[in-house]
This record gives sequence, structure tokens and C-alpha cells, in this order.
Amino acid sequence: MIKVENLDVVYGAKDKSNHVVRGVSFAVSRGETLGIVGESGCGKSTVLRSLAGLEGAWTGSISFDGKPVGKVRTREELKLAQMVFQDPYGSLHPRHRIGTALAEPIRSMGGGDGWARVAEALQQVGLPAHFASRFPHELSGGQRQRVAIARALILSPPILLLDEPTSALDVSIQAEVLNLLADQREDRNLTFILVSHDLSVISHMCDRVLVMQNGVFVDELSREDLQAGVTHASYSRELFEASFL
Amino acid sequence: MSNIVQDDAIIRPPAIGTRIWNSTSRILHKLADEPLGMMGFIILAILVVVAIFAPLIAPYDPAAQTLSDALQPPSFAHLAGTDEFGRDIFSRLVHGTRITIQTVLSVSVIVGPIGLVIGVVAGFFGGRTDAILMRATDIVLSFPSLILALAFAAALGAGLGTAIVAISLTAWPPIARLARAEALVVRNADYVAAARLYGASPLRILLLYIAPMCIPSVIVRLTLNMAGIILTAASLGFLGLGAQPPLPEWGAMISSGRKFMLDYWWVAVMPGVAILLTSLAFNIAGDTLRDLLDPRHARS
Amino acid sequence: MPDLDETPVLSVRDLNVRFGRNSIPAVSNVSFDVGRERIGIVGESGSGKSTTGRAIMRLLPQRAAVTAERMDFLGSPLLEKTERQMGGLRGKDIALIMQDPRYSLNPVLTIGKQVAEAAKLHLGVRGKDAVARARDMLARVRINDPDRVLSLYPHQISGGMGQRVMIAMMLLARPKLVIADEPTSALDVSVRKDVLMLLDELVRENNSGLILISHDIRMVAAFCERILVMYSGRVVETLSRLEDAAHPYTRGLIAAMPDPKHPVRRLKVLDRKSIEVETNP
Repeated sequence: MIKVENLDVVYGAKDKSNHVVRGVSFAVSRGETLGIVGESGCGKSTVLRSLAGLEGAWTGSISFDGKPVGKVRTREELKLAQMVFQDPYGSLHPRHRIGTALAEPIRSMGGGDGWARVAEALQQVGLPAHFASRFPHELSGGQRQRVAIARALILSPPILLLDEPTSALDVSIQAEVLNLLADQREDRNLTFILVSHDLSVISHMCDRVLVMQNGVFVDELSREDLQAGVTHASYSRELFEASFL
Repeated sequence: MSNIVQDDAIIRPPAIGTRIWNSTSRILHKLADEPLGMMGFIILAILVVVAIFAPLIAPYDPAAQTLSDALQPPSFAHLAGTDEFGRDIFSRLVHGTRITIQTVLSVSVIVGPIGLVIGVVAGFFGGRTDAILMRATDIVLSFPSLILALAFAAALGAGLGTAIVAISLTAWPPIARLARAEALVVRNADYVAAARLYGASPLRILLLYIAPMCIPSVIVRLTLNMAGIILTAASLGFLGLGAQPPLPEWGAMISSGRKFMLDYWWVAVMPGVAILLTSLAFNIAGDTLRDLLDPRHARS
Repeated sequence: MPDLDETPVLSVRDLNVRFGRNSIPAVSNVSFDVGRERIGIVGESGSGKSTTGRAIMRLLPQRAAVTAERMDFLGSPLLEKTERQMGGLRGKDIALIMQDPRYSLNPVLTIGKQVAEAAKLHLGVRGKDAVARARDMLARVRINDPDRVLSLYPHQISGGMGQRVMIAMMLLARPKLVIADEPTSALDVSVRKDVLMLLDELVRENNSGLILISHDIRMVAAFCERILVMYSGRVVETLSRLEDAAHPYTRGLIAAMPDPKHPVRRLKVLDRKSIEVETNP
């Protein structure tokens, strides 16, 4: 479903350049959930933003569903992958009502005014339809993240890119959001890439985990490895021990 | 599916009229907690009413000269006294309100959109566009506004219209810089990234996502600027380059009154008080508006 | 003074905090004692855990009404102290370590100046001595090249390093009570452990009490002798081991956390109705 080869991201000019992602390659098959774990600044979010099309400075090749995509995406390419952001307070426009926020993707894609799909989209993420007339500041963090998920799913993308979707939420809310994501994955046969620093969230959600450090993958762990606590690199060992005190 | 159709009414946002009414009443409620700000708005409201009904309020014709009554001190017949031509100063002040409000509104209507558009475009597109627009802004900003207005008024001929254009010419750069600063912050927000991901065009992002976030601070800045606009207009009037006699412009009134200042203080002081009150009211109102519209500056 | 270790460092009975006159209490009837030990306060956002910490430090804004039947620090009531006396106590006898060192360090002063300032203030040393104390303290929190770090500004150091500097500053005066409010939440996973270990070591060495406030119940359980679980302003349960949890909220909280060793298809979510019934019978 997703194939990435030799992805390189370099910021800045020649003499002060910052090599954030160093030639990473990976593939994700349909319906699979890939986790990328690492610490702040390791380049995991940059990989995700390059996949989404928000990053312009990458080289290498990215293809969705067998079709290579470029740095500037067409509408059809954008419909293949949508993203859920970390901060539920920053990812919804403060002056747009929830209904507008959900209808905007459809309108931007030229699919009419989009109102007809709003109630259904809200119900799918477990929110009542009358939330459509509310503003984001009238919702809790967990409810906002549900809206953000509904917005990402409203264009029915086969791929969802998740950038720390629960790290700003309380543990009990995190459980609800993770369950929602797992349900949607099952209903729609979605392919996820989940980026997080939290190994327990990653291991709960993912079939396969890539451990990232300084722009490269240092380890790959399967679900069985995570359960048994097996690691293949010293860094992932360290990360593993620190995560579960 | 039937309940989804039923829900349609609650999903669509309410009509624009109700929305404006809702937000106005919300702001009025908050305003009730700020007595000083309330005063500012009340004074402004009175000024607007006075400007609209000036002929009804003013006891005399502002241009009617009664030389026998020249330079009378304030009394019940002439609340603010009379000037050297025997014109009733109170009536002239009342009619002058029209000129002042007209100047302030025209300048704001010209300056607000220009500043907003230049600032938002510069902030959103960045790079070369930003550099060009901002250097142009810097150049205008480095002109002393009164001198530029003077030169402009001198070139086009003195008058209220030229004064308005001249003031507008120098008043937009601060607005543009403010709008740019806001746009720079907003453009990196996650909701703009999300909008790019679902294919919103740059124009759509600019109009529906970025501009609405910049408008409140621009309005606040405009209100605060109004005090300065009044003073600049009065200065131009004082120098004889604004409204021309016999128009009762406040600055021009001070200018003509300064000749009699020591013996007949009211001729210069009365319009001075009017200018002071009005610009103070605009400043207070602007400050309050900032507290109401911009939560970052709100007092806890 | 042999019996000093017996008396609790801090003793709180029926602490209530209210913001505004008619609002619901942010903290209600919270009681606990802190000896020369580490206790944890666990709860989710809005549970009142941070408010409790700040109420002890008397750092809440004016409009917060703080009442308590008793809030004694080493036997003397904190609520009766003047602002001036509290100022003398804060940093010297009670220290607060906050979440993000980037916000709690002054951005325009070097690390050296700030740590030396703390030394001047609380230890009464001056000039070179203060700098020397600052240097020692940085070395004590396992910063390898304290001389270099002394001359750096806060934005030039990492989050983990910043939190070590905060710990150095706060523990310089050997306070009797340390309140750490989410000390590791802003840090990367791999440095969290180091920072906690360091905090633990210094607190033990000084023989002082530690209140660790956090949302992470597992971390607190691994670290503290006793855990207070807070929910909507109340202490619903006091535990010494997670396995003993009886209250539905605590159990729900533990079950809601994903555990790689016991994978589940769906995580348990909190049953808030039954929790309400249990907490307000």
C-alpha cells in the first residue's frame, strides 16, 4: 500500500544543513499498522509529514497503492492519505464550527457543500449530530480529537497517518481514541502509520514497529518481539527499559 | 437515514443575522463588566448620535456670523461662548463632530482592508512576496506621517478630501505589519496544514482560514489608531491644510482661536477639550476591545 | 533531635480549594501526611492534583479560596504565614519542580547566574563561593562539564539537562519537602528515568519528603511508597501497590493503559457513571 525508498530530508543550506532523515526505506501492506517510535528530533514526524505531502524538501521515492506521488499532490493523491495531528487544540480552526470543519474537506475537493455528510461523520466517531453547531473551544480534548479523526476520514482515504494522536490526552481518553481508531481500521480496512514516543501505545496498535534514532531506523520489532520484550539493537533496548519502569 | 435529514437544521450554521446578534450580545455582556470601557463606548455612541443629528442639536447655524456677539464668554445663550465672528462655538463643535467622524471612518475604511490584505498576503506567501511588500511598508513607515500628509495636501490642494487621502497613505503600514505577524503564526498552525492536506486552494486558505484570525487584532489596532487619526486631522486643520473655512473643523478652530488665547481662552480651549475627549474615548474603547476580542491580552 | 523523623514533614487535613464563590470546589477534603518518604499524587487533568501542590506552596491566585482544618509544615501552620514568611520558606524549605524547564528558567540569564543566585539567596554565600556552590551542585546532578553549562543560556541546553539544572537549583538549599509537578512529562522517555533516579537519590540523601504529582500511575507506583489517587478534587484511594487498587476509577485507569505484555484488542474505557456513584454515595 505504501512504499518508501531512500527517503532523505535535508533542511537548510549547504554549510548549515540539517540532515533530518537519512535514506530510510520501508513498505506497509494494505490493512497493516506500522509504528514508528523514537525520541523528539529523531525525524519520525518528518517522515510522516513527507508522506502526507506537507514537507517539500525530500528526495527519494514515495508511492501509494503502487502509484508514485510527488512533492506537490493532486486532489486524487491527497485523497489517498490523510493525517491526524498531535494537538487537538491546534488542529481545528478556532473560528470554524465543527460542522464547517467537517464539511470543509468536501468543499475543498469540489464535492458540493458537504453538509449532508456531517451528521454521519460525527456519529461514526461517537459524537452526537448537534455537536456540528459548536465551536472547538466548547469541546474537550478527546472530543476534538474525535472530530479531527472524523475530518481525516470524511474523504474516505485508504491510508491514515497518525502523528502522536493521543499524547496530549489523558490516559482514559487515550483508551477511547485508540479504540475508535482500531474500530475504524477494522470497518474500513485502513492502513495506518502511527508515530509516537510512547512504546506502550505503539505496541498496542501496531503490527510492526520501526525504531528510529538520528534519522535512521535502528531496529524493527514484530508484535511478538514486543510481547516478549525482544530487541535487536542497544538503543531499542534502552528505549524499552525506560518506557516500562 | 431519516434522522440525518432531520438533523440538517442543527448541522447547518445559523443564519448570518443570528450569528452577528449572538456575538454582539456576548460582547455586550462582557462589556458590562468593564465600566471604564463602557464609558468609552458610550462617549463614542453619543458622538455618533450628535454627528447624525447635528442640525437638530446645534442651537445656532455654525456659519452664521453675528459680529455684535463676538468673543462672548460661555453663558446660557452660548454654552461654549462665541468666536471672533460671533459664531456660536457649541454649534460649531456639534457640526465639527460630523467632520471628525467622517474623517475617522473614511481613513479606517481605506486603511483597514489595505493593511489587512498586504499583511496577510506577505505573511502567508512569505519569501520574495513578503520581502517586497514589507520593504515597501518599511519605506512608507519611515516617512514622518505629518510631513508626508503636508506634502500631499500641498500638492493636491488643501481640503478635507486630501487630508483623508494623505492620512490614509501613512496609516496603513502599522496595520500591515500587525496582520503579517498574525498571519505568520497562523500559517504554521495544524489546521492550516490539515486544510492543505484536504486540498484547499491557497486562496481559500487565505480567505477562510488565515484572514479571519487576523481581523480581530486589526480592528483593535484600527480603533486605537483612530485617536491618532483625529490628532493628525486636527494638526492638518490647525496648519490650514485640512478642512477649509468656514467648515467647523476642530483643529482649524483651535488654530483661529490661538490668536485670542490669552484674553478669550474658550475659543481655543473648547475645541481642544472636544479633541481630547474624543481621542481618549477611542483609546479606551480600543483597549477594551482588545481585552474582549483578543484573549491573549485579557486580564485574568 | 532523635524524634524529628517521627513527625510528618507535612500534614494536611481537609484541604479545600475553590475558585470563585459559587463554583464547584477544585479540591475537596483532601487529607494526607508526608513523612521522610516519597508519596505520589495521581490523577487526570482537572482532578485537582496540581492545585493541591500549589495550595501547599501557597502559589494559587488571590481569587482561590484555600481552607484547611490543618496544613502544617514541620508543625507550623502554612495558612497562617504571611506572604513574606512564605517567601522565605519557598525554595529554602519547600521546593517546587515544575513540568517544563524551558518555562521555569529565566531565558535571559545564564544557568550559572541563576543557580548562583539560588545559592546566594538560600545559603547566604557570596560571589565566588556562590559560583563554586553552583558548580558543585551541577556536578552533583551528574552534569559532566559543569563549567561549560554554567555559561550557557537556557535555550542552549536540552530538556533533560534543563530539568537537572532545575533540580540542582531547587535542592541546593536541602529543602525538607520537594513537590515535583509532572517533572518528567516534557522530557524524552530515555532521560525520564535518569531524572527520576536523580531526584530520588537527592531526596533520600537530604532525608526530605517528596510529593510526586503525575498523570502516569505506573511511573508513580514504581517510584513512590504511597499513592494518592485523585478524581474530581477528591482523594478516592490511597495505595501502596497498584495490585491493591479497589476503587473503580483506579482500576479503570490501570485497565485503560495499554500493556504490551498483555495485549488486548480493545482497551477498557472508564465507566464514569459507576465511578460517580462510588465517589458520591
